[in-house]
Amino acid sequence: MKILVPIKRVVDYNVKVRVKSDNTDVDLSNLKMSINPFCEIAVEEAVRLKEAGVASEVVVVSVGDKACQEQIRTALALGADRGIQVDTDQKPLPLSIAKLLHKVVEQEDPSIVLLGKQTIDGDNNQTGQMLAALAGMGQGTFASELKIDGDKALVTREVDGGLVTVALSLPAVVTTDLRLNEPRYASLPNIMKAKRKPITVTTPEELGVTIESTVEVLKVESPASRSAGVMVDSVEQLIEKLKTEAKVI
Amino acid sequence: MTILVIAEHDNASLKPETHKVVAAATAIGGDIEILVAGHNCQDVAVNAATLSGVSKVLVADNQSYADQLAENIGLLVADLGKSYSHILTAASTTGKNFLPRAAALLDVNQISDVIRVESSDTFVRPFYAGNAIATVKSQDTIKVLTIRTSAFDGVTQEGSAAVVAIDNAHDAGVSSFVSGEMTESERPELGSARVIVSGGRGMQNGENFAMLEELADKLGAGVGASRAAVDAGFVPNDMQVGQTGKIVAPELYIAVGISGAIQHLAGMKDSKVIVAINKDPEAPIFQVADYGLEADLFDVIPALNEQL
Repeated sequence: MKILVPIKRVVDYNVKVRVKSDNTDVDLSNLKMSINPFCEIAVEEAVRLKEAGVASEVVVVSVGDKACQEQIRTALALGADRGIQVDTDQKPLPLSIAKLLHKVVEQEDPSIVLLGKQTIDGDNNQTGQMLAALAGMGQGTFASELKIDGDKALVTREVDGGLVTVALSLPAVVTTDLRLNEPRYASLPNIMKAKRKPITVTTPEELGVTIESTVEVLKVESPASRSAGVMVDSVEQLIEKLKTEAKVI
Repeated sequence: MTILVIAEHDNASLKPETHKVVAAATAIGGDIEILVAGHNCQDVAVNAATLSGVSKVLVADNQSYADQLAENIGLLVADLGKSYSHILTAASTTGKNFLPRAAALLDVNQISDVIRVESSDTFVRPFYAGNAIATVKSQDTIKVLTIRTSAFDGVTQEGSAAVVAIDNAHDAGVSSFVSGEMTESERPELGSARVIVSGGRGMQNGENFAMLEELADKLGAGVGASRAAVDAGFVPNDMQVGQTGKIVAPELYIAVGISGAIQHLAGMKDSKVIVAINKDPEAPIFQVADYGLEADLFDVIPALNEQL
Protein backbone atom coordinates (compact mmCIF):
# COMPACT_ATOMS: atom_id res chain seq x y z
CA MET A 1 0.00 0.00 0.00
CA LYS A 2 1.26 3.43 -0.93
CA ILE A 3 0.64 6.49 1.23
CA LEU A 4 0.80 10.01 -0.14
CA VAL A 5 1.51 12.77 2.39
CA PRO A 6 1.02 16.37 1.26
CA ILE A 7 3.04 18.76 3.45
CA LYS A 8 3.42 22.54 3.67
CA ARG A 9 6.25 24.90 4.52
CA VAL A 10 4.94 27.47 7.01
CA VAL A 11 6.29 29.94 9.50
CA ASP A 12 7.44 28.15 12.66
CA TYR A 13 4.66 27.76 15.21
CA ASN A 14 6.61 29.57 17.92
CA VAL A 15 6.98 32.73 15.86
CA LYS A 16 4.51 35.54 16.43
CA VAL A 17 4.07 37.11 13.01
CA ARG A 18 3.75 40.84 12.42
CA VAL A 19 1.61 42.56 9.84
CA LYS A 20 3.47 44.62 7.21
CA SER A 21 3.17 48.38 7.64
CA ASP A 22 1.44 48.72 4.25
CA ASN A 23 -1.27 46.26 5.41
CA THR A 24 -0.85 43.99 2.37
CA ASP A 25 0.21 40.83 4.17
CA VAL A 26 2.14 39.49 7.12
CA ASP A 27 5.90 39.99 7.10
CA LEU A 28 7.63 36.64 6.67
CA SER A 29 11.08 37.94 5.79
CA ASN A 30 13.89 36.36 7.84
CA LEU A 31 11.51 34.27 9.92
CA LYS A 32 12.16 30.66 10.81
CA MET A 33 10.19 28.35 8.52
CA SER A 34 9.23 24.77 9.35
CA ILE A 35 7.08 21.89 8.28
CA ASN A 36 3.48 22.58 9.38
CA PRO A 37 2.99 20.75 12.71
CA PHE A 38 -0.10 18.86 11.51
CA CYS A 39 1.78 17.75 8.37
CA GLU A 40 4.59 16.45 10.57
CA ILE A 41 2.04 14.29 12.40
CA ALA A 42 0.82 13.00 9.00
CA VAL A 43 4.40 12.07 8.00
CA GLU A 44 4.91 10.32 11.34
CA GLU A 45 1.70 8.32 10.97
CA ALA A 46 2.62 7.25 7.42
CA VAL A 47 6.09 6.17 8.56
CA ARG A 48 4.58 4.21 11.45
CA LEU A 49 2.23 2.43 9.02
CA LYS A 50 5.30 1.54 6.96
CA GLU A 51 7.16 0.29 10.01
CA ALA A 52 4.12 -1.81 10.92
CA GLY A 53 4.28 -3.42 7.49
CA VAL A 54 0.95 -1.93 6.41
CA ALA A 55 2.39 0.56 3.95
CA SER A 56 5.11 -0.21 1.42
CA GLU A 57 5.97 3.30 0.26
CA VAL A 58 5.55 6.80 1.67
CA VAL A 59 5.62 9.64 -0.85
CA VAL A 60 5.60 13.28 0.30
CA VAL A 61 4.44 16.11 -1.92
CA SER A 62 4.58 19.83 -1.41
CA VAL A 63 3.25 22.72 -3.49
CA GLY A 64 5.51 25.75 -3.39
CA ASP A 65 8.72 27.38 -4.54
CA LYS A 66 12.13 25.69 -4.38
CA ALA A 67 12.48 26.51 -0.69
CA CYS A 68 9.85 23.91 0.21
CA GLN A 69 12.35 21.20 -0.80
CA GLU A 70 13.88 21.86 2.61
CA GLN A 71 10.66 20.62 4.27
CA ILE A 72 10.42 17.68 1.84
CA ARG A 73 13.97 16.74 2.95
CA THR A 74 12.85 16.94 6.57
CA ALA A 75 10.03 14.50 5.81
CA LEU A 76 12.48 12.20 4.00
CA ALA A 77 14.73 12.30 7.07
CA LEU A 78 11.75 11.27 9.18
CA GLY A 79 11.34 8.17 7.04
CA ALA A 80 9.45 9.03 3.84
CA ASP A 81 10.83 7.32 0.71
CA ARG A 82 10.70 10.02 -1.95
CA GLY A 83 9.43 13.50 -2.59
CA ILE A 84 7.55 15.46 -5.21
CA GLN A 85 7.68 19.23 -5.44
CA VAL A 86 4.98 21.00 -7.43
CA ASP A 87 6.95 24.09 -8.32
CA THR A 88 5.15 27.43 -8.19
CA ASP A 89 5.91 30.93 -6.92
CA GLN A 90 2.23 31.63 -6.42
CA LYS A 91 0.45 31.05 -3.14
CA PRO A 92 -2.51 28.94 -4.26
CA LEU A 93 -5.76 28.82 -2.31
CA PRO A 94 -6.86 25.43 -0.90
CA LEU A 95 -9.08 24.66 -3.92
CA SER A 96 -6.13 25.03 -6.33
CA ILE A 97 -3.89 23.01 -4.02
CA ALA A 98 -6.56 20.30 -3.89
CA LYS A 99 -6.72 20.28 -7.72
CA LEU A 100 -2.93 19.95 -7.97
CA LEU A 101 -2.92 17.18 -5.36
CA HIS A 102 -5.76 15.44 -7.18
CA LYS A 103 -3.55 15.18 -10.28
CA VAL A 104 -0.70 13.81 -8.18
CA VAL A 105 -3.14 11.30 -6.65
CA GLU A 106 -4.17 10.20 -10.15
CA GLN A 107 -0.51 9.66 -11.08
CA GLU A 108 0.59 7.97 -7.87
CA ASP A 109 -2.60 6.04 -7.07
CA PRO A 110 -2.10 5.89 -3.29
CA SER A 111 -4.37 3.91 -0.96
CA ILE A 112 -4.34 6.65 1.65
CA VAL A 113 -3.70 10.37 1.40
CA LEU A 114 -2.69 11.69 4.83
CA LEU A 115 -2.78 15.45 5.36
CA GLY A 116 -2.71 17.79 8.32
CA LYS A 117 -6.15 19.04 9.36
CA GLN A 118 -5.06 22.64 8.85
CA THR A 119 -1.99 24.76 8.28
CA ILE A 120 -1.11 27.16 11.04
CA ASP A 121 -0.63 30.06 8.60
CA GLY A 122 -3.84 30.01 6.55
CA ASP A 123 -5.94 28.30 9.28
CA ASN A 124 -8.33 27.23 6.51
CA ASN A 125 -8.93 23.57 7.33
CA GLN A 126 -10.12 22.83 3.77
CA THR A 127 -7.54 21.11 1.57
CA GLY A 128 -8.07 17.47 2.65
CA GLN A 129 -11.84 17.75 2.38
CA MET A 130 -11.60 19.41 -1.05
CA LEU A 131 -9.17 16.78 -2.32
CA ALA A 132 -11.45 13.99 -1.08
CA ALA A 133 -14.37 15.61 -2.91
CA LEU A 134 -12.46 15.94 -6.20
CA ALA A 135 -11.15 12.38 -5.98
CA GLY A 136 -14.54 11.00 -4.92
CA MET A 137 -12.96 9.43 -1.84
CA GLY A 138 -14.24 9.12 1.70
CA GLN A 139 -12.69 11.42 4.30
CA GLY A 140 -11.65 10.92 7.90
CA THR A 141 -10.94 14.41 9.16
CA PHE A 142 -9.40 15.44 12.53
CA ALA A 143 -8.14 11.90 13.11
CA SER A 144 -6.84 10.90 16.51
CA GLU A 145 -6.58 7.22 15.58
CA LEU A 146 -6.16 5.43 12.26
CA LYS A 147 -6.44 1.68 11.77
CA ILE A 148 -6.35 -0.24 8.51
CA ASP A 149 -8.71 -3.18 8.44
CA GLY A 150 -8.57 -5.02 5.11
CA ASP A 151 -9.94 -2.70 2.44
CA LYS A 152 -11.22 -0.21 4.99
CA ALA A 153 -9.72 2.54 7.10
CA LEU A 154 -11.16 2.97 10.59
CA VAL A 155 -10.72 6.56 11.63
CA THR A 156 -11.49 7.95 15.09
CA ARG A 157 -12.25 11.63 14.71
CA GLU A 158 -12.08 14.42 17.26
CA VAL A 159 -15.42 16.23 17.11
CA ASP A 160 -17.15 18.83 19.27
CA GLY A 161 -18.49 16.87 22.21
CA GLY A 162 -16.30 13.80 21.93
CA LEU A 163 -15.04 11.21 19.47
CA VAL A 164 -16.64 9.56 16.45
CA THR A 165 -15.34 6.54 14.55
CA VAL A 166 -16.06 6.12 10.84
CA ALA A 167 -15.20 3.35 8.39
CA LEU A 168 -13.93 4.48 4.98
CA SER A 169 -13.48 2.44 1.82
CA LEU A 170 -9.94 2.65 0.48
CA PRO A 171 -8.59 4.72 -1.15
CA ALA A 172 -9.42 7.42 1.36
CA VAL A 173 -8.28 10.81 2.62
CA VAL A 174 -7.36 11.23 6.30
CA THR A 175 -6.48 14.52 8.01
CA THR A 176 -4.55 14.51 11.26
CA ASP A 177 -5.35 16.06 14.60
CA LEU A 178 -2.72 16.83 17.21
CA ARG A 179 -3.35 13.71 19.23
CA LEU A 180 -2.80 11.17 16.45
CA ASN A 181 0.83 10.68 17.45
CA GLU A 182 4.01 12.29 18.75
CA PRO A 183 6.34 12.94 15.80
CA ARG A 184 9.91 11.72 16.13
CA TYR A 185 13.06 13.76 15.67
CA ALA A 186 15.23 13.10 12.65
CA SER A 187 18.61 11.60 13.59
CA LEU A 188 21.78 12.88 11.96
CA PRO A 189 22.39 9.62 9.99
CA ASN A 190 18.81 9.81 8.71
CA ILE A 191 19.28 13.45 7.72
CA MET A 192 22.40 12.43 5.77
CA LYS A 193 20.55 9.49 4.16
CA ALA A 194 17.67 11.78 3.20
CA LYS A 195 19.99 13.81 1.00
CA ARG A 196 20.24 10.84 -1.36
CA LYS A 197 16.53 10.17 -1.55
CA PRO A 198 14.94 11.39 -4.79
CA ILE A 199 12.80 14.52 -5.15
CA THR A 200 11.08 14.96 -8.50
CA VAL A 201 9.95 18.39 -9.58
CA THR A 202 6.82 18.99 -11.57
CA THR A 203 4.81 22.11 -12.38
CA PRO A 204 1.14 23.07 -12.38
CA GLU A 205 1.40 23.26 -16.22
CA GLU A 206 2.67 19.69 -16.41
CA LEU A 207 -0.18 18.61 -14.18
CA GLY A 208 -2.63 20.53 -16.35
CA VAL A 209 -3.91 22.75 -13.56
CA THR A 210 -4.29 26.52 -13.77
CA ILE A 211 -3.92 28.18 -10.40
CA GLU A 212 -6.86 30.50 -9.98
CA SER A 213 -7.45 32.97 -7.20
CA THR A 214 -11.03 34.03 -6.76
CA VAL A 215 -10.45 35.52 -3.33
CA GLU A 216 -8.72 38.88 -3.25
CA VAL A 217 -7.06 40.04 -0.05
CA LEU A 218 -8.03 43.71 0.36
CA LYS A 219 -6.08 44.31 3.53
CA VAL A 220 -4.35 42.58 6.41
CA GLU A 221 -4.38 44.19 9.84
CA SER A 222 -3.14 43.46 13.31
CA PRO A 223 -5.86 42.38 15.69
CA ALA A 224 -7.07 44.97 18.19
CA SER A 225 -4.44 44.83 20.85
CA ARG A 226 -5.31 43.93 24.39
CA SER A 227 -3.34 45.78 26.94
CA ALA A 228 -2.29 44.24 30.20
CA GLY A 229 -4.69 44.99 33.01
CA VAL A 230 -4.00 45.19 36.69
CA MET A 231 -2.45 42.75 39.10
CA VAL A 232 -4.46 42.08 42.22
CA ASP A 233 -2.94 41.03 45.52
CA SER A 234 -5.52 38.70 46.94
CA VAL A 235 -8.52 36.53 46.23
CA GLU A 236 -10.72 39.04 48.08
CA GLN A 237 -9.55 41.84 45.81
CA LEU A 238 -10.09 39.71 42.72
CA ILE A 239 -13.70 38.92 43.68
CA GLU A 240 -14.29 42.57 44.58
CA LYS A 241 -12.98 43.76 41.17
CA LEU A 242 -15.01 41.18 39.24
CA LYS A 243 -18.15 42.17 41.13
CA THR A 244 -17.95 45.94 41.19
CA GLU A 245 -15.56 46.96 38.40
CA ALA A 246 -15.99 44.35 35.66
CA LYS A 247 -19.49 43.38 36.86
CA VAL A 248 -19.16 39.86 35.44
CA ILE A 249 -20.01 37.82 38.52
CA MET B 1 -30.01 36.85 -3.57
CA THR B 2 -30.93 33.84 -1.47
CA ILE B 3 -28.75 32.54 1.34
CA LEU B 4 -28.66 28.91 2.43
CA VAL B 5 -27.80 28.26 6.08
CA ILE B 6 -27.10 24.65 7.02
CA ALA B 7 -28.42 23.89 10.50
CA GLU B 8 -26.23 22.36 13.18
CA HIS B 9 -28.14 19.71 15.12
CA ASP B 10 -28.07 16.19 16.53
CA ASN B 11 -31.40 15.09 14.95
CA ALA B 12 -33.16 15.91 18.25
CA SER B 13 -32.43 19.57 18.86
CA LEU B 14 -31.12 22.60 17.03
CA LYS B 15 -27.72 23.82 18.28
CA PRO B 16 -27.46 27.51 19.30
CA GLU B 17 -24.64 27.89 16.74
CA THR B 18 -27.32 28.04 14.04
CA HIS B 19 -28.85 31.19 15.62
CA LYS B 20 -25.48 32.88 15.16
CA VAL B 21 -25.00 31.73 11.59
CA VAL B 22 -28.43 33.17 10.77
CA ALA B 23 -27.23 36.45 12.33
CA ALA B 24 -24.26 36.43 9.92
CA ALA B 25 -26.64 35.68 7.05
CA THR B 26 -28.82 38.61 8.13
CA ALA B 27 -25.75 40.86 7.98
CA ILE B 28 -25.20 39.79 4.36
CA GLY B 29 -28.81 40.65 3.55
CA GLY B 30 -31.22 38.70 1.36
CA ASP B 31 -33.69 35.89 1.64
CA ILE B 32 -32.53 33.30 4.20
CA GLU B 33 -33.41 29.61 3.98
CA ILE B 34 -32.28 26.90 6.38
CA LEU B 35 -31.44 23.34 5.42
CA VAL B 36 -31.94 20.65 8.06
CA ALA B 37 -30.33 17.44 6.83
CA GLY B 38 -30.66 14.47 9.13
CA HIS B 39 -32.87 11.59 10.08
CA ASN B 40 -36.05 11.86 12.18
CA CYS B 41 -35.21 15.52 12.57
CA GLN B 42 -38.67 17.12 12.32
CA ASP B 43 -38.37 18.79 15.73
CA VAL B 44 -35.17 20.47 14.63
CA ALA B 45 -36.92 21.85 11.54
CA VAL B 46 -39.84 23.17 13.58
CA ASN B 47 -37.42 24.90 15.91
CA ALA B 48 -35.36 26.32 13.01
CA ALA B 49 -38.55 27.80 11.54
CA THR B 50 -38.86 30.10 14.56
CA LEU B 51 -35.51 31.82 13.97
CA SER B 52 -36.03 35.48 13.11
CA GLY B 53 -35.35 36.44 9.50
CA VAL B 54 -35.72 32.94 8.04
CA SER B 55 -38.18 32.58 5.17
CA LYS B 56 -38.14 28.83 4.61
CA VAL B 57 -36.83 25.63 6.20
CA LEU B 58 -35.93 22.72 3.95
CA VAL B 59 -35.89 19.30 5.57
CA ALA B 60 -33.94 16.48 3.97
CA ASP B 61 -34.92 13.57 6.19
CA ASN B 62 -33.05 10.47 5.14
CA GLN B 63 -31.17 7.62 6.78
CA SER B 64 -28.03 8.57 4.82
CA TYR B 65 -27.89 11.94 6.64
CA ALA B 66 -28.41 10.51 10.14
CA ASP B 67 -24.74 10.67 11.15
CA GLN B 68 -23.83 13.88 9.31
CA LEU B 69 -21.32 12.02 7.14
CA ALA B 70 -19.50 14.63 5.07
CA GLU B 71 -19.56 12.49 1.92
CA ASN B 72 -23.39 12.41 1.87
CA ILE B 73 -24.16 15.89 3.23
CA GLY B 74 -21.50 17.31 0.88
CA LEU B 75 -23.32 15.89 -2.15
CA LEU B 76 -26.66 17.25 -0.89
CA VAL B 77 -25.30 20.75 -0.23
CA ALA B 78 -23.46 20.84 -3.57
CA ASP B 79 -26.65 19.79 -5.35
CA LEU B 80 -28.96 22.27 -3.61
CA GLY B 81 -26.35 25.00 -3.32
CA LYS B 82 -26.24 25.80 -7.04
CA SER B 83 -29.33 27.98 -6.77
CA TYR B 84 -28.06 30.11 -3.86
CA SER B 85 -25.80 33.16 -3.71
CA HIS B 86 -24.30 32.22 -0.33
CA ILE B 87 -23.94 29.00 1.63
CA LEU B 88 -23.19 29.36 5.33
CA THR B 89 -22.65 27.07 8.25
CA ALA B 90 -20.96 27.19 11.64
CA ALA B 91 -17.19 26.69 11.85
CA SER B 92 -17.82 23.69 14.11
CA THR B 93 -16.23 20.30 13.52
CA THR B 94 -19.35 19.31 11.55
CA GLY B 95 -19.30 22.41 9.35
CA LYS B 96 -15.55 22.24 8.82
CA ASN B 97 -15.95 18.63 7.76
CA PHE B 98 -18.63 18.83 5.06
CA LEU B 99 -18.59 22.41 3.76
CA PRO B 100 -15.16 22.41 2.02
CA ARG B 101 -16.28 19.18 0.36
CA ALA B 102 -19.42 20.87 -0.97
CA ALA B 103 -17.39 23.93 -2.06
CA ALA B 104 -14.98 21.78 -4.09
CA LEU B 105 -17.90 20.01 -5.77
CA LEU B 106 -19.32 23.44 -6.66
CA ASP B 107 -15.81 24.44 -7.87
CA VAL B 108 -15.63 27.51 -5.63
CA ASN B 109 -13.33 28.53 -2.81
CA GLN B 110 -14.45 28.63 0.79
CA ILE B 111 -13.79 31.40 3.27
CA SER B 112 -13.25 29.87 6.71
CA ASP B 113 -14.01 31.30 10.13
CA VAL B 114 -15.65 34.59 9.11
CA ILE B 115 -15.78 37.01 12.05
CA ARG B 116 -17.39 39.98 10.28
CA VAL B 117 -19.48 40.66 7.19
CA GLU B 118 -18.49 43.88 5.37
CA SER B 119 -20.80 43.41 2.40
CA SER B 120 -22.31 40.62 0.34
CA ASP B 121 -18.89 39.74 -1.12
CA THR B 122 -16.42 41.07 1.46
CA PHE B 123 -15.65 39.28 4.69
CA VAL B 124 -13.20 39.49 7.56
CA ARG B 125 -11.37 36.48 8.95
CA PRO B 126 -8.39 35.86 11.24
CA PHE B 127 -5.40 33.75 10.23
CA TYR B 128 -1.93 33.00 11.67
CA ALA B 129 -3.57 31.94 14.94
CA GLY B 130 -5.43 35.24 15.14
CA ASN B 131 -2.26 37.33 14.88
CA ALA B 132 -3.46 38.85 11.61
CA ILE B 133 -6.93 39.78 10.39
CA ALA B 134 -7.63 39.71 6.65
CA THR B 135 -10.39 41.49 4.78
CA VAL B 136 -11.09 39.41 1.68
CA LYS B 137 -13.31 39.89 -1.33
CA SER B 138 -14.74 36.82 -3.04
CA GLN B 139 -15.33 36.78 -6.78
CA ASP B 140 -16.89 33.35 -6.67
CA THR B 141 -20.43 33.03 -8.03
CA ILE B 142 -21.44 31.23 -4.85
CA LYS B 143 -19.92 32.46 -1.61
CA VAL B 144 -19.24 29.53 0.69
CA LEU B 145 -18.51 30.58 4.27
CA THR B 146 -18.02 29.00 7.67
CA ILE B 147 -18.94 31.38 10.49
CA ARG B 148 -17.00 31.81 13.72
CA THR B 149 -20.03 31.74 15.97
CA SER B 150 -18.28 33.40 18.93
CA ALA B 151 -18.10 36.59 16.84
CA PHE B 152 -21.88 36.93 16.31
CA ASP B 153 -24.87 37.34 18.61
CA GLY B 154 -27.62 34.85 17.86
CA VAL B 155 -30.92 35.98 16.35
CA THR B 156 -34.12 35.83 18.38
CA GLN B 157 -36.86 33.24 17.86
CA GLU B 158 -39.75 35.32 16.63
CA GLY B 159 -40.06 33.92 13.14
CA SER B 160 -42.57 31.57 11.59
CA ALA B 161 -41.07 30.18 8.42
CA ALA B 162 -42.65 27.47 6.32
CA VAL B 163 -41.22 23.97 6.73
CA VAL B 164 -40.85 22.15 3.42
CA ALA B 165 -39.78 18.52 3.10
CA ILE B 166 -37.43 17.87 0.19
CA ASP B 167 -36.88 14.53 -1.42
CA ASN B 168 -33.19 14.62 -2.14
CA ALA B 169 -31.30 11.50 -1.12
CA HIS B 170 -27.57 11.14 -1.61
CA ASP B 171 -25.39 8.31 -0.46
CA ALA B 172 -21.80 8.41 -1.68
CA GLY B 173 -21.37 4.86 -0.42
CA VAL B 174 -17.74 5.33 0.66
CA SER B 175 -18.14 5.87 4.39
CA SER B 176 -20.16 4.68 7.34
CA PHE B 177 -20.61 5.56 10.99
CA VAL B 178 -19.13 3.00 13.38
CA SER B 179 -19.43 4.45 16.87
CA GLY B 180 -19.52 7.63 18.89
CA GLU B 181 -18.20 8.42 22.32
CA MET B 182 -19.61 11.70 23.59
CA THR B 183 -18.44 13.46 26.73
CA GLU B 184 -21.30 13.79 29.19
CA SER B 185 -21.52 17.15 30.88
CA GLU B 186 -24.16 19.08 32.74
CA ARG B 187 -22.27 22.32 32.35
CA PRO B 188 -22.88 24.86 29.59
CA GLU B 189 -21.19 24.14 26.27
CA LEU B 190 -17.99 26.09 25.78
CA GLY B 191 -19.28 27.79 22.63
CA SER B 192 -22.24 29.38 24.40
CA ALA B 193 -21.03 29.68 28.01
CA ARG B 194 -21.12 33.16 29.57
CA VAL B 195 -18.22 32.26 31.87
CA ILE B 196 -15.42 29.77 31.24
CA VAL B 197 -12.92 28.42 33.76
CA SER B 198 -9.90 26.83 32.06
CA GLY B 199 -7.05 24.79 33.47
CA GLY B 200 -3.58 24.12 32.11
CA ARG B 201 -0.53 22.08 32.92
CA GLY B 202 -0.37 23.77 36.31
CA MET B 203 -3.34 21.66 37.42
CA GLN B 204 -0.87 18.75 37.68
CA ASN B 205 -3.45 15.99 37.24
CA GLY B 206 -7.02 15.22 36.26
CA GLU B 207 -8.27 14.89 39.83
CA ASN B 208 -7.36 18.49 40.55
CA PHE B 209 -9.79 19.60 37.83
CA ALA B 210 -12.53 18.84 40.40
CA MET B 211 -11.56 22.15 42.05
CA LEU B 212 -12.16 24.00 38.78
CA GLU B 213 -15.45 22.18 38.28
CA GLU B 214 -16.57 23.32 41.71
CA LEU B 215 -15.65 26.89 40.78
CA ALA B 216 -17.41 26.51 37.43
CA ASP B 217 -20.58 25.28 39.12
CA LYS B 218 -20.57 28.30 41.44
CA LEU B 219 -20.28 30.62 38.44
CA GLY B 220 -22.54 28.68 36.05
CA ALA B 221 -19.46 28.33 33.88
CA GLY B 222 -18.15 25.91 31.27
CA VAL B 223 -14.81 24.20 31.86
CA GLY B 224 -12.03 24.46 29.28
CA ALA B 225 -8.41 23.39 29.08
CA SER B 226 -5.14 24.15 27.37
CA ARG B 227 -3.50 21.71 25.01
CA ALA B 228 -0.97 20.80 27.69
CA ALA B 229 -3.74 19.67 30.02
CA VAL B 230 -5.39 17.63 27.26
CA ASP B 231 -2.16 16.04 26.05
CA ALA B 232 -1.26 15.11 29.61
CA GLY B 233 -4.58 13.25 29.77
CA PHE B 234 -6.08 15.44 32.53
CA VAL B 235 -9.27 16.06 30.52
CA PRO B 236 -10.82 14.97 27.19
CA ASN B 237 -9.72 16.80 24.05
CA ASP B 238 -13.09 18.34 23.24
CA MET B 239 -12.41 20.69 26.17
CA GLN B 240 -9.39 22.22 24.43
CA VAL B 241 -9.54 25.96 23.84
CA GLY B 242 -7.20 27.35 21.20
CA GLN B 243 -6.22 27.66 17.55
CA THR B 244 -6.91 23.99 16.96
CA GLY B 245 -9.56 23.46 19.61
CA LYS B 246 -12.59 25.58 20.36
CA ILE B 247 -12.63 29.32 19.84
CA VAL B 248 -14.53 31.05 22.63
CA ALA B 249 -15.40 34.61 23.57
CA PRO B 250 -17.25 34.51 26.90
CA GLU B 251 -17.90 37.49 29.15
CA LEU B 252 -15.43 36.13 31.68
CA TYR B 253 -12.53 33.76 31.03
CA ILE B 254 -10.55 32.53 34.02
CA ALA B 255 -7.22 30.95 33.02
CA VAL B 256 -5.77 28.84 35.81
CA GLY B 257 -2.24 27.48 35.55
CA ILE B 258 -2.10 28.32 31.83
CA SER B 259 1.04 30.04 30.53
CA GLY B 260 -0.66 31.63 27.51
CA ALA B 261 1.04 30.24 24.39
CA ILE B 262 0.13 31.82 21.03
CA GLN B 263 -2.01 28.79 20.19
CA HIS B 264 -4.08 29.10 23.38
CA LEU B 265 -4.50 32.88 23.12
CA ALA B 266 -5.89 32.35 19.59
CA GLY B 267 -8.88 30.62 21.15
CA MET B 268 -9.79 33.01 23.95
CA LYS B 269 -8.33 36.47 23.53
CA ASP B 270 -11.63 37.95 22.37
CA SER B 271 -13.15 37.21 25.77
CA LYS B 272 -14.56 40.35 27.39
CA VAL B 273 -12.78 40.02 30.71
CA ILE B 274 -9.77 37.75 31.21
CA VAL B 275 -8.52 36.68 34.62
CA ALA B 276 -5.16 34.92 34.95
CA ILE B 277 -4.11 32.95 37.99
CA ASN B 278 -0.51 31.80 37.74
CA LYS B 279 2.49 31.60 40.02
CA ASP B 280 4.92 32.57 37.24
CA PRO B 281 4.97 36.39 36.95
CA GLU B 282 6.57 36.08 33.50
CA ALA B 283 3.74 33.96 32.05
CA PRO B 284 2.55 35.54 28.75
CA ILE B 285 -1.08 35.15 29.89
CA PHE B 286 -0.57 38.20 32.15
CA GLN B 287 -0.04 40.34 29.04
CA VAL B 288 -3.65 39.86 27.97
CA ALA B 289 -5.29 39.49 31.38
CA ASP B 290 -7.52 42.27 32.71
CA TYR B 291 -6.96 40.98 36.22
CA GLY B 292 -3.92 38.96 37.16
CA LEU B 293 -3.20 37.18 40.41
CA GLU B 294 0.33 35.92 40.87
CA ALA B 295 -0.18 33.07 43.32
CA ASP B 296 -0.36 29.31 43.68
CA LEU B 297 -3.60 28.06 42.17
CA PHE B 298 -3.84 25.44 44.92
CA ASP B 299 -4.27 28.31 47.40
CA VAL B 300 -6.38 30.53 45.17
CA ILE B 301 -9.01 28.15 43.80
CA PRO B 302 -10.11 26.74 47.19
CA ALA B 303 -10.25 30.31 48.52
CA LEU B 304 -12.39 31.38 45.54
CA ASN B 305 -14.67 28.39 46.03
CA GLU B 306 -15.08 29.32 49.66
CA GLN B 307 -15.75 33.01 49.14
CA LEU B 308 -18.08 32.89 46.15
